[in-house]
Amino acid sequence: MTSFLQQAFNGLVSGGFYALLALGLAVIFGMLHVVNFAHGAIYMLGAFGAVVLQDTAGLGFWWALLLVPLTAALAGMVLERLFIHRLAALDPLYNFLLTFGIALVCQDLLRMKYGAQSRPYDEGPFPGSVDLGLFDYPAYQVFVLGAAAVVCLAVWLLLTRTRTGTVVRAATERPELTRALGIDTGRWVTPVFGFGVALAALAGVLAAPMRAVNSGMGADLIIAVFAVVVIGGLGSIPGAVVAGFAIGMLQALGNLYVPVLSQTSVFVLMAVVLLVRPAGLFGKEEHAL
Amino acid sequence: MILALLDRLGARPAWLRWGLLAAGLVAVLGLPWVLYPPVAADILCWGLFAVAFDLLLGHAGLLSFGHAAFWGTSAYATGLVAIHAGVPFPLAVAGGAVAAAVVAVPIGLLAVRRSGIYFAMVTLAFAQMIYFIANQWGDLTGGENGLQGIPRELPGLDLSDSFVYYYAALPLVLAGLAAAWRIVHSPFGRVVAAIRDNPARARALGYSVDRYKVVVFTASAFLSGLAGGLYAVNHGFASLQEVYWTTSGKVVVMTVLGGIGTLWGSLLGAAAVVRLEDWLSTSGFDEVGIVTGSLFILVVLLFRRGIWGTVSYLLQRRGGGAGMRSAESGNGTVRDPAAGDRPERSLVKEP
Repeated sequence: MTSFLQQAFNGLVSGGFYALLALGLAVIFGMLHVVNFAHGAIYMLGAFGAVVLQDTAGLGFWWALLLVPLTAALAGMVLERLFIHRLAALDPLYNFLLTFGIALVCQDLLRMKYGAQSRPYDEGPFPGSVDLGLFDYPAYQVFVLGAAAVVCLAVWLLLTRTRTGTVVRAATERPELTRALGIDTGRWVTPVFGFGVALAALAGVLAAPMRAVNSGMGADLIIAVFAVVVIGGLGSIPGAVVAGFAIGMLQALGNLYVPVLSQTSVFVLMAVVLLVRPAGLFGKEEHAL
Repeated sequence: MILALLDRLGARPAWLRWGLLAAGLVAVLGLPWVLYPPVAADILCWGLFAVAFDLLLGHAGLLSFGHAAFWGTSAYATGLVAIHAGVPFPLAVAGGAVAAAVVAVPIGLLAVRRSGIYFAMVTLAFAQMIYFIANQWGDLTGGENGLQGIPRELPGLDLSDSFVYYYAALPLVLAGLAAAWRIVHSPFGRVVAAIRDNPARARALGYSVDRYKVVVFTASAFLSGLAGGLYAVNHGFASLQEVYWTTSGKVVVMTVLGGIGTLWGSLLGAAAVVRLEDWLSTSGFDEVGIVTGSLFILVVLLFRRGIWGTVSYLLQRRGGGAGMRSAESGNGTVRDPAAGDRPERSLVKEP
């Protein structure tokens, strides 16, 4: 029972990363109809950002948590203006290919500079562990889980309870009608992209103290996140978050009982969802893309 | 191949048709004299892979981001057949291609339940699953070490020289290319193109859209498998690299660079990328992804017609524009979505 609960908790923590990345992807997809392949690379850059800030500037975790997402948001907005915007009128697959190219370049640039070895992150916050009743658990991972949940909730509130969020949702769901009501939907595209990218960088900073930081860490993760958003439905923001946490947990529990499936379970689950409910668990009928 | 070129060039003047055909044949036959023979054989394999991929992307309008699954499955299966059964290499490669097609059927059946960008994500995810399986099933695949010591056997011919192997593999590659051309220009191929251009109308006409998609997906996987098997025999080993997502990306960039929907353009794209990577690795540059990735960015932003598409577009413009078959019907410049005209949204469209 204890190992079950412990494993479930591990699953929730890794689910938090899935949820943060899937959330960013869903926000960007909703507004721009772009599936951002570079999302994993940005997660990787976020983790490297935290390591480099600590090693070169002596700035600790909390500084990284603030500075790295902000920088990523700015860089993302520049990227959107320079490249992604140019392909906006074309088939969305072109932007998928473009961001794939960007991901490859980022990944190999980092590999060239820092090598393929993982970089250690020395002083993470919250060393030690907390007593969760039945078992002890690393305190930092409890913090990560809490942070991921808070961020997801905050984004949800931002989208549903504020005027900005309402405009963004309206522009996502009925762009032409929104424009007809006198709202300039175009001006939200760049900030929304920057915001989604910042979420990925934030996930990267959170990952730095607990995961191996290397140039390949984003690529494998983003493919699993693609499976997550196919399962949850990209069009739905709660879907992305719920699927993220749920799949993290299922995967961890799967590890416990069927270790052979540890890496493939998310894809098996995707196959099942495609059979039973191709639009995704929370998805509506597919957009004509 | 000959018929293929004749047909492709049907709308062009006779001198150009024959000139290009002759040039193509001379290039294919003379390649191992000009290049290091193993690299020439790599170009053949990647060329066939890219053509098989274009069969799916350009003619069925389906962007698979997981074609490494078929190339890699066949590389492993070919290797296993060649090692354990000791049969001539064409039989081993055929076994590999069949294995790729067998893997493609369930993946295709599931993937066609989504379209567009989701199709790309689903195929990518399934290919990653194949990668993990290959990694985990170390007893069979050699795991991280790869499958080593794949023999090159053909009775009556000593294939240890790569120069000889090139000419032994060439008939299989040409057969694969001819098959791709035959599929595109068959009634089946016309239905596939119709489904790409207007799935709703094709369905209304009574065609089983999903079944056609699965069949063309499997055919593309079979030909990709043919290429992957020949590649494994060429190198004498199959590694995890063959099933990794970077391999899927590489074939995409070859096809886009060559010109989506041009079929033979993919051969040029493959030759260019293989040559470039060979040059990079011999000059000691390991981070090939920087170059491949930049190529992706540049081609997608500035050169969406690709090599073949651009040449054919320029020729058509000179010739008055009749029968143009370039990959993209737009004028090649990026349109401003705010300009008000109806933007060209389709990745592949014949005018």
